[in-house]
Order: sequence, then structure tokens, then C-alpha cells
Amino acid sequence: MHPITELHYLALSAALLLIGTIGVLTRRNIVIILMSIELILNAVNINLVAFSHVYGQVNGQIFAIFVIVDAVAEAAVGLGILIALFRNKETVLADEIDLLKW
Amino acid sequence: MNFLDQIWLIPLFPLLGAALMFLFGRMLDPQPVSSVAIAPGVEPVYEHGHDHGHAPHPEHHGHAHEEHGGHGHHSSPLKKLINIICPGMVLLSFIFSAGAVWQLAQQTERIHQVIQFTWIAGMPFHMANGHIASFQADWGFLLDPLSSVMILVVTGIGFLIHVYSTGYMAHDNGYYRFFGYLNLFVFFMLMLVLANNYILLFVGWEGVGLCSYLLIGFYFQKKSAGDAGKKAFVVNRVGDAGFILGMLLMLSVLGTVRFTDVNALLRSGNFAPEIHGFGVLSVMAVLMFFGATGKSAQIPLYVWLPDAMEGPTPVSALIHAATMVTAGVYMVARSAALFQLTPSTSTVVATVGAFTAILAATIALVQTDIKRVLAYSTVSQLGYMFLALGVGAYWVAIFHLFTHAFFKALLFLDSGSVIHAMSGEQDMRRMGGLKNKIPITHWTMFIGSVAIAGIPGLAGFFSKDEILWQTYSSPLGSKFLYIIGLVTAGLTAFYMWRMMNMTFYGKSRVKPEVEAHIHESPASMTVPLSLLAIGSVIAGWLGVPKAWSLFGESWRGFEHWLEPAFASAAVVAAKEGAHDASLEWVLMGVSVAIAIIGIVVARYFYHNKPGIPDSLEQSLKPLHALCANKWYVDEIYDFLFVNGLCKGGGTVLGAFDRNVVDGGVNGAGWITRFTATVSMWWDTWIVDGLVRFTAFFVKMLSYPVCILQSGRVQTYAFFVVAGVLVMFGYYVIR
Repeated sequence: MHPITELHYLALSAALLLIGTIGVLTRRNIVIILMSIELILNAVNINLVAFSHVYGQVNGQIFAIFVIVDAVAEAAVGLGILIALFRNKETVLADEIDLLKW
Repeated sequence: MNFLDQIWLIPLFPLLGAALMFLFGRMLDPQPVSSVAIAPGVEPVYEHGHDHGHAPHPEHHGHAHEEHGGHGHHSSPLKKLINIICPGMVLLSFIFSAGAVWQLAQQTERIHQVIQFTWIAGMPFHMANGHIASFQADWGFLLDPLSSVMILVVTGIGFLIHVYSTGYMAHDNGYYRFFGYLNLFVFFMLMLVLANNYILLFVGWEGVGLCSYLLIGFYFQKKSAGDAGKKAFVVNRVGDAGFILGMLLMLSVLGTVRFTDVNALLRSGNFAPEIHGFGVLSVMAVLMFFGATGKSAQIPLYVWLPDAMEGPTPVSALIHAATMVTAGVYMVARSAALFQLTPSTSTVVATVGAFTAILAATIALVQTDIKRVLAYSTVSQLGYMFLALGVGAYWVAIFHLFTHAFFKALLFLDSGSVIHAMSGEQDMRRMGGLKNKIPITHWTMFIGSVAIAGIPGLAGFFSKDEILWQTYSSPLGSKFLYIIGLVTAGLTAFYMWRMMNMTFYGKSRVKPEVEAHIHESPASMTVPLSLLAIGSVIAGWLGVPKAWSLFGESWRGFEHWLEPAFASAAVVAAKEGAHDASLEWVLMGVSVAIAIIGIVVARYFYHNKPGIPDSLEQSLKPLHALCANKWYVDEIYDFLFVNGLCKGGGTVLGAFDRNVVDGGVNGAGWITRFTATVSMWWDTWIVDGLVRFTAFFVKMLSYPVCILQSGRVQTYAFFVVAGVLVMFGYYVIR
């Protein structure tokens, strides 16, 4: 049985990042997009914790906790914006909210 | 009191009266004008003091008395005030006139000029001869023997007619309006005869024309009255055009319009008499005379005067017989110096006068309206005056004017009295036998008719005989004109006696309902009649024929009085050589004989053998029709001028307007529209095209950039990711 090395962590992290990125870029529902962003952040967290374990330093873990807190704040603000958007546009589909031009 | 320096007061009094009437008349006599109902052709003369049940026109009388409250109306104290103010003002004028004339007579040089102020001053202009003159017109008065006669006639006869009107118009609405116009007329007439220059004379000239128009149309509810007023106004304007041109020519040639200066210049010898040919002075004189034919109802402009009888009868007497229509005679007499230099024009004047006299007399022969007979008689007598002017006998023309004013005013007022008695009936075929019913009217009219017929001893004889004698003997006269004048004299006697017989003598042909109503006029009317009758008898004795050597030169006062006004006319008269008294006696006998023949024939026709006129009418049908229809002059004028020139010309002008003027305008419009279309095309396709192309070009360029900016968040995120990948790729490959 192979031991779980840092390479495995990195591969999982990369996979999560890829899934999250593709989710952000392709899904229309903003709720899903927000969930995909969580995936990306968690991919980063795995990276941070993995390297913290490898180098025997606690900095990475502390940084991961910061990221989790940051993700919570981001989710709260993001969902608030989403609700406000839904009130005005009656939709949660990102491609129907094309205001970011001109 | 020095009346001569107060001449300006003479016209001022009637002006004041007129102003009072126009400003306060309505308060004095609050009669609504529109309440008069007038049946066509009936002058609304109402009379009271009789049984109303016999009123010939029940609707009139019923209405009148309802409106006026019967007798109460006449004695309204405020209305009495009008009776005092208006005739009073004219009486004051008469007193001042008489005073001024009396003082003028005391002077050695009988001419008095007062210039109150300069009216139009200092307009320099080039005269015909190249000199620069200054156009000046003064508000000035000239009293000389000629204007003396005129102001006495105007104010004296005017006063009597005012008094008469207080009785005659008593039951008419618009009482104050009538007297206001009448006073205004007297004012303008006095301005006319007292003016010291032609421009101011023209002011009065137009003013009397205005009053004439207003008074002819006094019963403006009647269409015929309104039409007659317009006709008089328009026909007079035609003459006025000539007068104005004459004045302008005078300014251009003489450089002045003041009578004294004009006379001095014309008599200075700088202007040679135009004995042969037709020079500028002749043109001037003819234009002036054309103006006179309008005002004084001569051929070709006499047609308005008979129609002017639509006005109230006192107006016919004052304006259309005694004063205003003689303005033309006065003006020509005033311009005597001019006419003396142009014998050819004088011949024109004499010929026109003679033909007017005989034409009007033939028309008067067959008229049945009592006022129309007198109207044509007036035209005829005015013709006599112009005949006298034309043969150079200026003083005789004024003399006839003077005597005519008396007897014609008298005749008109008498006819008014007859109409008054007949409750508005004017047709002589429904009169007759009135002699004993209205004796004062009859006797005064008898005197007037004798006077106009030319029976020795009365006014008309002296002046008319003098005209005939001058026509025969003057170097400017001729036997042809004399014959015309003589025939006219016979016709005059005939138609006057025809009128007298039809009105006063013989069997009554009056309608029974009118018959019961006949009555003599009130004293306010009969007293002026009597005074005028006295005048008609004695006025002529101021100019006794020269042949009556029993009377001295003092009996020819009229001629001597006027001598200074026509100074060189005396020179002409002196040239005629020795006076042939026996010839004058013969001619006098002839004219008296023809007058008596006229009277006798008329008496025979219309009294003894009443069938003769009808049988004559049958046998001479075309001639009678010609006279009865006034020689078709009105119809000819209608055809030539009203329909021909005005309407026909209007059609031609209309076609010209539609095709040429409108065509030009429409063409210009079309061209504008065409160029506008071209311009619009250029603007749309070229100018706008360029602008649009620029915009299009920029848009095309920007298109690829535009589509990148979709607004979709995910697209932007894709670019971010792609960029990151590219950068990673770059580092990895390197």
C-alpha cells in the first residue's frame, strides 16, 4: 500500500481547482458559481495544509483558517448581492445579468 | 366793433353749433334713430293736429305718435334748445357777416385779407420754369365783394332754412343729427367762400361734399337714400380729381395758390392770353372747370343732383339748390383771372353750361315728382350761370347765383310744404286743386315760379335776361348759345307752370284719405317762405338792365360792387363798344314773350285742355320716353363706367390678376419648390450621407471590440482564466 504523499494532496487540490474553475466558467446559476468558488478556495486550503504538514510548520494551517473565515464572509456578501439581484431582475442566471458593459 | 378783424368768428359759430349737437345732441333729444320705419319712396313727414283716424298711412302715424307721444314731443323743452342753438348760430354768423360786409363797403379798397396762421409752410419745390418756390397754405380769410355776396347768401338763406327745418323736421328722429349736419355744412360752406387760397377752399369744398353725402343719406334706412348719397359722393370725387390736378398744375406753373397772388401774377402781363391754341393755362382752367362740373352738377357730372332729392327737403333747398351747388360757379368766378386768359376754355364753359341748361330743362318737362322737377330746374339754372361765366359775364353769373338762391330755395321749401301737407306724397299726378287749402304755400310758390320764369319785375327776370343779353352781345358769346338759352327760358316757364297747374289748380286728384288731412304748414315754415318770397321779388332790383335808362347807375349796384373782383372782365366788357340799348330792348321783349308763351301753353295744356299732354305723349312717344328716362344718361353711365369700366374692367383685371400676376407668383413658388427639392436631395444624400458614412465607418471599426464586451461575468472570467493559462503556458514552454 502506497503512503499518501504530498503529490496526492497536490493532485486532489489541482482536481478540485479544475472542477471549481470549470464550474465558475460554465454554470449559469449564480448559486452554483458561488459553490464552485468554495471549491476553488478549498483546493487552496488543501494545498496550504498539505505543505504545512510537509514542512512541519503551522503557518499554513493558520492561513487556511483565515481563508475559511474569508470564505464565510465572501459567501455572506455574495449571497446578499445575489438576493438583491434576484429582487431586481427576478433571475439567478449569470448570463441574463449582462450589466457589466459600456 | 370791428367785424372785419373778427371774420374768423363767422364760420366758427356754426362749427360750435355742430360740435354742441354732436357732443350733447343725444341728451337734448334722446330719440333712437333706428325706431323710424320708412316705407319706400315716402319721406317720413308726420303731422299732428288732425284726427288720427284719417291718417293716410296708418302704420306711419300710429308708429310716429306712439314713438313721440303726440304733441308732448314737440314741446319738449330740451328740444327747444336745439331750435335756439342751431338757427341762432347761423343768425349770429349772418349778423357778423352783414357787419363785416358793411364795414368792407366803407373802405376805399374793398378787399380785406386776414391770415390767422400758416397751415402748411415752407415746402420748397421746383416749379415748371425751374425756379424754386415754397409751397405755403394759410388758414386765412379773404373778404372781397365776391365772397361778401356768398357769405350773405349762405348765412342769410341758411338761417331761413334752419328756421323752416325746425318746423319741417319736428317729427323726425335724429333731429339733433340733422341740425348738427346742417350747421357743419354752413361752417364748411363759409370756409369755402372765405378761404384766401385754393387749398383752404378745397377743405371747405370737400367738407360740404361730406355734409351733402351725410344729408342725402339722412334717411339711411331707405336703400335709395343710401345709394343716392354714395352716388353723389363718388361723382363728386371724379370732379375733385380734376380740381386737385388743376391746383397742382397751378402750383407748378405759378408757385402759389393764394388768390391775391394768383390774380396778381396772372394779371401782371407775364402770361400771354392763350387766344390761339390750348396752352398750359387752358389745361389748368379746364381741370378747374371739371372740378366745378362735379360740384355744380354740369354735363357730364350732373347725374348725382336729381338723386340727391332723397334727402330731406330743407337740405335740397339749402345744399342742392341755394348754396353748395353754386360752389363751382363761385370757384370759376374766383379764378376769373385765369379764365380771362384762356378764351378757348371760356367757350368750353359756355357750351357746357348752355347744353346742361337745355338738357336738364327737357328732362324737367316730363318729371312727375315735384322735387325732381325742381332738381332738374336747378341743374338747368346752374347751366345758365356757367353760360354767363363762359361768355365772360362773371358778375352776371354771381348775380344769377344770388337771385336763384332766393327763388330756388323758396320753391324747394314750398315743395316741402306741399309734401308736408300731403303727408309725404311727392307725385304731382296725385295732387291738384291745393290752391285754397294751403294758400300761403300757393302764393309764395306762385311768386317763386313767376320769378324763375322770367316775368319782369321779379328777381329771375333781371339775372336771366342779363345772361341772355350778355350771351348775345359779348365777344365770347354767340347767337347759337343765345338761341339755346332762349329756348331753355321758354322751357323753364313751361315746366314751372306745368308744375303749378298739376299741384295747385284744376281738379283734385288727391287720394281721399290724404285729402282730409291737408293743412297749411306751421308758422315756423310759412314765415321763412314769406321772407324768401319777398327776397325773390326785390333781389333782382340790384341789377336793373342797362337799357332801363330811367333808373340810374345806382340801380346796377350789383355789377359795380363786383367790379373789383373781376377787374379785367370790365376791360373785356369795355371792348364790346357802344351799348346798343334798342337791341337790348328787343331781346328783352323776346325773352319775356317766350316766357309768357311758355306759361300760357302750360296753362292751356294742363288746365284748359288736360287731354293734350296725353295725346302729345302718344304722338311723340320716342321723344317723351327719351326725356322721361333722362336721356338714358344714367343708363349710359351704368353701361360705360359702372358695368363697362368697373365691372368689365374688373373682369379683365381679374383675368390679368389670375393669369399674369398670380402666374408670376405661382411660377416663383414653383421655382422655389423645385430648388428646395434639389436642395433637400443634396442635403439628404450628400451631406447627411457623408455624416452617416463617417458614423458607419467608425461603427464598423468598433464592432470587433464591441462583441468582446458582452457584459456577461463568466465571459470575463473566462478571459482571466485563459490569460492565466497563457502566462503559465509561456513559463512552462520556456
